[in-house]
Amino acid sequence: MPTYTDMTRCDGCGDCVDICPSDIMHIDPVYRRSYNIEPNFCWECYSCVKACSQNAIDVRGYADFAPLGHKVRVLREPEKGSISWKIRYRDGRRKEFTFPIRTTPWGSIKGPSEYEAPDLSGLTSQLLAHEPTALHIDALPTLKRA
Amino acid sequence: MARGTKFVDSDILIIGGGFGGCGAAYESRYWGRDLKIVLVEKANVERSGAVAQGLSAINCYMGMQWGENQPEDFVRYARGDLMGLVREDLVYDIARHVDSTVHKFEEWGLPILKNPQTGRYLREGKWQIMIHGESYKPIVAEAARKSATEIYNRIMVTHLLMDKVRANRIAGAVGFNVRTGDFYVFRAKAVIVGAGGGSHIYRPRAVGEGMGRTWYAPWSTASAYGLLIPTGAKMTQMENKIVLTRFKDGYGPVGAWFLLLKSQATNAAGEFYEKDRYPEIKERVGHYVDIHPMPTCLRNHAMLEEIKAGKGPIYMHTQKVLDTREKEEIGWEDFLDMTIGQAVVWASQNIDPKETPSELTTSEPYIMGSHATCSGAWASGPEDCAPAEYQWGYNRMTTVEGLFGAGDTIGGSAHKFSAGSFTEGRLAAKAAVRYIIDHKAQPPEVDDEHIKRLKEAVFKPLEHYRVGRNEIVAGTVAPSYIDPLQGLQRLEKIMDEYVGGYSMFYVTSEHLLKRGLELLKMLTEDFESIGAENLHQLQRAWELQHRIVTGESVARHTLFRQETRWPGYYYRGDYPKLDDSEWHCFTGSQYDAKSGEWNMSKLPVHRIVPGFELLRT
Ligand SMILES: Cc1cc2nc3c(=O)[nH]c(=O)nc-3n(C[C@H](O)[C@H](O)[C@H](O)COP(=O)(O)OP(=O)(O)OC[C@H]3O[C@@H](n4cnc5c(N)ncnc54)[C@H](O)[C@@H]3O)c2cc1C
Ligand code: SF4
Ligand code: SF4
Repeated sequence: MPTYTDMTRCDGCGDCVDICPSDIMHIDPVYRRSYNIEPNFCWECYSCVKACSQNAIDVRGYADFAPLGHKVRVLREPEKGSISWKIRYRDGRRKEFTFPIRTTPWGSIKGPSEYEAPDLSGLTSQLLAHEPTALHIDALPTLKRA
Repeated sequence: MARGTKFVDSDILIIGGGFGGCGAAYESRYWGRDLKIVLVEKANVERSGAVAQGLSAINCYMGMQWGENQPEDFVRYARGDLMGLVREDLVYDIARHVDSTVHKFEEWGLPILKNPQTGRYLREGKWQIMIHGESYKPIVAEAARKSATEIYNRIMVTHLLMDKVRANRIAGAVGFNVRTGDFYVFRAKAVIVGAGGGSHIYRPRAVGEGMGRTWYAPWSTASAYGLLIPTGAKMTQMENKIVLTRFKDGYGPVGAWFLLLKSQATNAAGEFYEKDRYPEIKERVGHYVDIHPMPTCLRNHAMLEEIKAGKGPIYMHTQKVLDTREKEEIGWEDFLDMTIGQAVVWASQNIDPKETPSELTTSEPYIMGSHATCSGAWASGPEDCAPAEYQWGYNRMTTVEGLFGAGDTIGGSAHKFSAGSFTEGRLAAKAAVRYIIDHKAQPPEVDDEHIKRLKEAVFKPLEHYRVGRNEIVAGTVAPSYIDPLQGLQRLEKIMDEYVGGYSMFYVTSEHLLKRGLELLKMLTEDFESIGAENLHQLQRAWELQHRIVTGESVARHTLFRQETRWPGYYYRGDYPKLDDSEWHCFTGSQYDAKSGEWNMSKLPVHRIVPGFELLRT
């Protein structure tokens, strides 16, 4: 379908609507729950699946080439910094995987204005913010001409 | 209905919050502490653009701290892969800065895999490093949020705005909020476009429910080009479409399989076909066949010839390399981090990569500037190393004053990928800050009459639908309008059949292209009667418009270049060989919105890194 919403789990919160890069998760005006309005513009990116706190969204692979009976389920846990996958094959075989997603706390990135303001004469140099330090070499390379 | 208009003024306007746009937000704030920096995005920056679902590798990293590669090596690589034609100044500039970007990503919390023996980043290949990249985009978006003054999500930018008095000066952009329907006018002193490349210009291989499973994201709507072309900005290499060899149907990438896991591909009989094709390829492209590694397009070509000879399916022998749990995890994570649809294909078709090989195929063509291809805007290069002909002021500024670009937007600079696109956003932003300081006295002026006309034009498709649907009982067939999907499928069919799509085995010719251009003209006219049922469909309508403009540009560039420079990406059946004597150049185009004319030109190739030989004929 690619994504579809489970009628009994969805509470209509709209988180999937906010996140979908394709703008195709919408709230049905009658049922007040979400559904995929344009399955043929779905990338199976799972952004909505990961964002749904009710685990109400699932994916049924594209009818053009994905035979029925499979499941690829995901649980993303930002606070733990990991993501877990459960895969069930059409013939019933199963696989499970867990991978890290981030090494620092969410929200901890130091914004550019938290650094000391640069001298604006640097605008005419080729160095970008935090260079050369952030390059982990002594100086920005310059072209060795033939 | 009275529709609101909202005006937003800024110093720097960034259009598109993908990798280029987020890089631009960060760097412009670093240098421009007091500037008003506005980022406008049609989706939600948290998960937007080509990296919305994540990535499992960073494909552009030098490793200068360990002496792994130097920027010059990277120029030679990108140049070889693109059969000699890259803007070496731009490629060099990305290469020398990209490591600092990657080190920042790691500091921000992106998990990068390490080689346990050396402690260095785990190399997938010479240029690629492996990441646990499911949250790559949310991490980068967090940095952008901490940088921009304001971020506007869910605003589809439809047009760029030019200055009222200075004809070739940018003044901002307009668009509409997809949720509220408000019209937005963004006025800015400098504009950086990072609106991404184009999928669905060509008919995709799956055309039913699965049409969204293209390799490049279905929301990559070629807005980078669709916004720029009408301003008269000079474009380059738009014929340099990219075709990708990928796992069939799911379009799972092959990089980690070939490079890290050392898996191999054969024809159905188990034969390694690439070396057998060597003499035939040499006939076409001469000594370019000997470039190491073999250029991406030529590898596609060898595979296509094999498929045409009935020797498919082509198989990736995953089963021969997944001998440990660790490797199995790498193989699966590669897809679960960036192409989950491939894992769905495996589960649904009972393919366990540990036991069964997987089919490979070539995709439909895409138009982009950041991968193994370099379509996009002709841009000014870095002051210290761009030859004079490549320099007219500010780094990454297009031929329009004050209009900058990054990522897929900028042409001639292949192999940037995610980290390189972010880096290019940084380069453009620093130059834009300087531009603003230099031009302090001249804020842009917009023409109110023009804005009024644009507002009417932007919402016209809603009106067409409202009126036109009264003529019919129900359904999608109406005599006076077509809907955005119908228009899109017409575009895809024209591009596929006349401009070298997969159904033609990527072949086109002068006659086909001229006929294709006639049909594109009628599609452009029909866009004037497009009907949109609601705001979501209005977004689809303008995405289509950006794709049509891009498609026409691709057709015109393809017609202009009378040679087959990249067999495997596309073929001019009437000029089947590579021809350095006439075509060792970039192609250029400028569209004149007043006359509707396209002005084509040859642009010079300058070498700044030694070690390149022209084809000896
Ligand atoms: C399947 C896949 C695998 C890839 N693998 C790798 C890899 O392993 N390593 C690697 O380094 N790179 C990889 N890439 C490439 C990388 O994703 C791109 O090179 C990079 O994202 C390009 O950056 P960009 O800023 O030009 O475009 P994007 O990141 O796509 O950003 C464009 C932004 O503009 C917004 N936008 C578009 N139109 C409008 C409009 N009209 N109005 C407002 N906003 C708009 C979009 O929503 C989006 O946020 C991969 C890409 C894909 C799709
Ligand atoms: S995020 Fe989940 S619960 Fe909320 S609307 Fe979407 S499907 Fe329903
Ligand atoms: S999987 Fe991605 S494209 Fe499909 S509905 Fe969910 S968020 Fe949208």
